[in-house]
Order: sequence, then structure tokens, then C-alpha cells
Amino acid sequence: MSNFSKTFSSTLGKKLIMCLTGLFLCSFLIIHLIGNFQLFKDDAGLAFNEYAYFMTNFAPIKVVSYLLYLSILVHTIWAIILTQKNKAARPVPYAKKAGNGSIWSSRNMGILGTMIFIFIVVHMSNFWYNYHWGTTPYIEYRTDLNTGITQVKELTEAEFTGHVSYVENGVQIIKAKDLYKAVAFSFQQLWIVALYVVAMAALAFHLLHGFQSAFQTLGWNHSKYRPLINFLGVWVFSVLVPIGFAAMPLYFFFK
Amino acid sequence: MNLTLKVWRQKNSQTPGKFVTYKAEEISPDMSFLEMLDVVNEKLVKTQEDPIQFDHDCREGICGMCSLMINGEPHGPKRATTTCQLHMRSFKDGETIVIEPWRAAAFPVVKDLAVDRSAFDRIQQAGGYVSVGTGGVPDANEILIPKTIADEAFNSATCIGCGACVAACKNASAMLFVSAKVSQYAMLPQGQTERYERAKAMVNQMDDEGFGSCTNTYACEAQCPKEIKVTNIARMNREYFNAEFIKG
Ligand code: HEM
Ligand code: SF4
Ligand code: FES
Repeated sequence: MSNFSKTFSSTLGKKLIMCLTGLFLCSFLIIHLIGNFQLFKDDAGLAFNEYAYFMTNFAPIKVVSYLLYLSILVHTIWAIILTQKNKAARPVPYAKKAGNGSIWSSRNMGILGTMIFIFIVVHMSNFWYNYHWGTTPYIEYRTDLNTGITQVKELTEAEFTGHVSYVENGVQIIKAKDLYKAVAFSFQQLWIVALYVVAMAALAFHLLHGFQSAFQTLGWNHSKYRPLINFLGVWVFSVLVPIGFAAMPLYFFFK
Repeated sequence: MNLTLKVWRQKNSQTPGKFVTYKAEEISPDMSFLEMLDVVNEKLVKTQEDPIQFDHDCREGICGMCSLMINGEPHGPKRATTTCQLHMRSFKDGETIVIEPWRAAAFPVVKDLAVDRSAFDRIQQAGGYVSVGTGGVPDANEILIPKTIADEAFNSATCIGCGACVAACKNASAMLFVSAKVSQYAMLPQGQTERYERAKAMVNQMDDEGFGSCTNTYACEAQCPKEIKVTNIARMNREYFNAEFIKG
């Protein structure tokens, strides 16, 4: 064990931690994005609320979600440690500065990361905290299984006795926490929408450098795979993913 | 050509330094950057002033002694060129040129523009060698090495240890230098004996010297006068992780 802690305390070991947590967060982004696309369904949030319930109560996903929180913390703390160390490695700055051929985002990962971190804190306290411990609206869906027509009714806190889903006389009844409504409500506020859009721009630049960088850190820099990694880094992680997420607040704001 | 130079002057590592402005007059565009400094120094000596200290030796781009941060770029504006091979025609008449030493905690200033790069020597000593048999002289081509591998190892071995990679890196990281030195042996049969010990020892020494950690900005590759590639860094990471997690 002491050997492992020595390995991880070297500069390369610390980089490995950044890289593995970073890639884990990248994989999460894809899942999170696909799941959240259900916000675009015009079904009063039925699909989205069921999905949210599943994600917070299915045991294996719960385990992964704790890993995720841990990754965010470790990635952030190690980022601070590395940035401090790198600052100390050049105590006297240059009078004349030049980019020396590096791209802007590669030199500003700390600033971009801090913007993402602020976003994560606001985002989690808005939705995650309220869903678990705060106040959310409640909703009841009654779907006639013959006609497929769904009727929606808002429930008061007293009427809501926990998440249920059952069929009664050919009618499917689902009672759920209405996270969809909470989301729609949040995204009416301009400052939240603006924060989300700015944070997604930061994410785009963070991953423009970060995704390919992680493979270089792993030692996976080969002329055969480089083009694929660069393609994914640019088009999936710094274009598709941020635009997909930014589209959600914009959709509700202008709806 | 007539130029204005803003040169970092510092008596020794203990004394704080400052920029001093000099005029470099009647400079031929065919002079090298170091020859231009020679002209300035000659004038300083004539007027009983302390000449500007800078490092140099071969003046033909092979020893790695020359350095200088010229207008924010190590070895100046020309790619794949050391300061001794940089000609004044790369500058405009009347230009102001800012000249600074390499800046890194691991490269303390000795005097003016000369820095102490012995940290690189200590990294080399930690693992940049191979074991050899001490019998008779072996036949030159006894060990067969494919041409592509020999070429690749040779490319890594062309690193002259100048430290421009450290100077260019925003983290003052020495990864390009160390990875070139690890790579040149890791690819060849002669380097296998100490292969994994070497990666560990050189990385640990690099850390002990106080260099920063790589954030893969690739400024080093862009500024290396010998065009050492960052694929060397990826290779060193593989060697190191292999050594730490699998072979060690
Ligand atoms: C969804 C959130 C995030 C994702 C997907 C992500 C992803 C990544 C990836 C893939 C890397 C490259 C790792 C490497 O170079 O080996 C990276 C590097 C970095 N991240 Fe993040 N990151 C996220 C959030 C953050 C946060 C919140 C911070 C800090 C407050 C941060 C700070 C950094 C820094 C400073 C680096 C460069 C570290 C280095 O190369 O030494 N990131 N990130
Ligand atoms: S890698 Fe390039 S820049 Fe770095 S020491 Fe070697 S020759 Fe100089
Ligand atoms: S003086 Fe030898 S490389 Fe420039």
C-alpha cells in the first residue's frame, strides 16, 4: 500500500489521478446527456420523472453516483494541488509572455475547471439537493391503457405517499416527485439560464484540451488512434455534449 | 541594423535582478544572435562595464549550451533553431528585443542570462545509462535492430539537453527532456536491462529537482530546437506506469 501511495504522489501519479477521474466524468456526461434528452418530450415530464426516480433508487446506479461525487472532489482537489506545484516551479515569471504554440484552453484548465465547479455546486443544490431533501412539487399521471391518453394532476405534499406505479381498472397510475416541473421552473430564470450556457462553454474548452490530454497522460498516443481520439475530443466532447446540455435551459426559457 | 535590447542583469542567484536597456548598433543581419551579443559585450568591456553573461559553447547547434528567452520564446522566433544558429535577419531593424534567462525553480540564475542546468545532469545520472559487457570489443553490427526503430531511437537521442522545453512550458516541466532520454534507451535492446528501473529513477529525480508537472500543452514540442516529439512523453508515461504497476 505504501508503494501505491508513493506512486500516486509522484507528478505522473497525480496526473494519472486527474486523467482517470476526468475520463470517468466524461463517460458520465454522455449518460447524463442521453438521459436528460427526455426533458424534450412533451409528456408533462412522465418519462423524465420516471427516469429520475430510477436513477436515484436503483442500487448499482447509486454506487456509481457516489463514485461520481468522489471523482468530482478528487479531480478538483488534485487540480488545485497540481496547479500550486506548477506555479511553484516557476517563481519568477517572464516579463514577455508568448503562447509558445500551445492552445489557449490547455493553458487555462484551472480557470475553466473552476467555472465548471461553480456550476456543479449551483446545479446540485438546485436539483439534486432539492430532489433528495428539499421541496419538490408532486404529480400524478393517470394513463388509460386502452386510449393511451394521460391525465395529469398536481398533488399536495399530504396527498403524496411515496413513489408508486400500478395498474387499476386498465388505468396506469404513477405518483412521483415532479422534478420536471422544478427544472422547467428554474429555467424560467434568466440568471440560471445564463450560468448554464456560460458553464457549458467552459466545459467545451475544458474538454477541447482535456479529452485528448487524458490519453496522452495514459501513454496512449499512437498515430493509429490519435485521429479518432482527437475527433471524439473535438466533435463529441467539446461540441455535441456542451451544445446538448446548453439546449435544455434554452428550450425551457424560450418555450 | 540598429536594435534596442532589454537584457536581464543579475549579479548572482542571491541578488535580485533587473532589466537594463542597451543599444546594439551597426549589426549585420548575417550575424548570429550570440555574435550580436558579442558586439554589445565588446563595447561594454571597452567602457569598463561588466559584460553580459550568457551560455554558449559549440555555436553550431549541437552542444545545447546556448539558451535565452528572446521576446518570450526560447531560442527566439525561428523554429527548430538554437540561439547560436539564429540570425539577426530574423529581426526587424529598429526592433526592441527582450532577453531573459530560462525561468524555473530548478534552473537557478548563475549570473545574468546564464542558469544552472545541472538538474538535467542529475536526472541523467539517475538512470540515463546502460550496462555493457566488459569483454573484448563487440562486433559493430552484432545486435540486429530494425531501421525504423533505430531511427526512432536516434530521433529521441538528438535531444541536446538545452532546457528550452522547460523554459517554454507554463509549468516549467522537464517531461520532454526526460522522456527523450528514457525513450532513446527503452526502444533499443541495449537499454532493456535497466528499462523499468530507469523510468522510475529518472521520474523521481525529475520530481526531486522541483520541475512542474506536465499539462500536455505541447509548448515544449513547438519550441524544441531538435523537434523532439511529445509522443516521447506518452512513451515515458507508459514506461513509468508499467514499471510502477506491472513490472515493478
Ligand atoms: C464535468 C466535469 C469535468 C470533466 C469531464 C473534466 C475532465 C477533464 C479531463 C479529461 C482532463 C484531462 C486529464 C489529463 O490531462 O490527463 C482534465 C484536466 C483538468 N481538469 Fe477537469 N474535468 C471536469 C471538471 C473539473 C473541475 C471542476 C476542475 C477544477 C476546479 C477541473 C480542473 C482541471 C485541471 C486543472 C486539469 C488539468 C490538470 C493537468 O493536466 O495536470 N476539472 N479534466
Ligand atoms: S527536448 Fe528539446 S528543448 Fe528539451 S532539452 Fe532536449 S533539445 Fe532542448
Ligand atoms: S552553443 Fe552549442 S547549441 Fe548553441
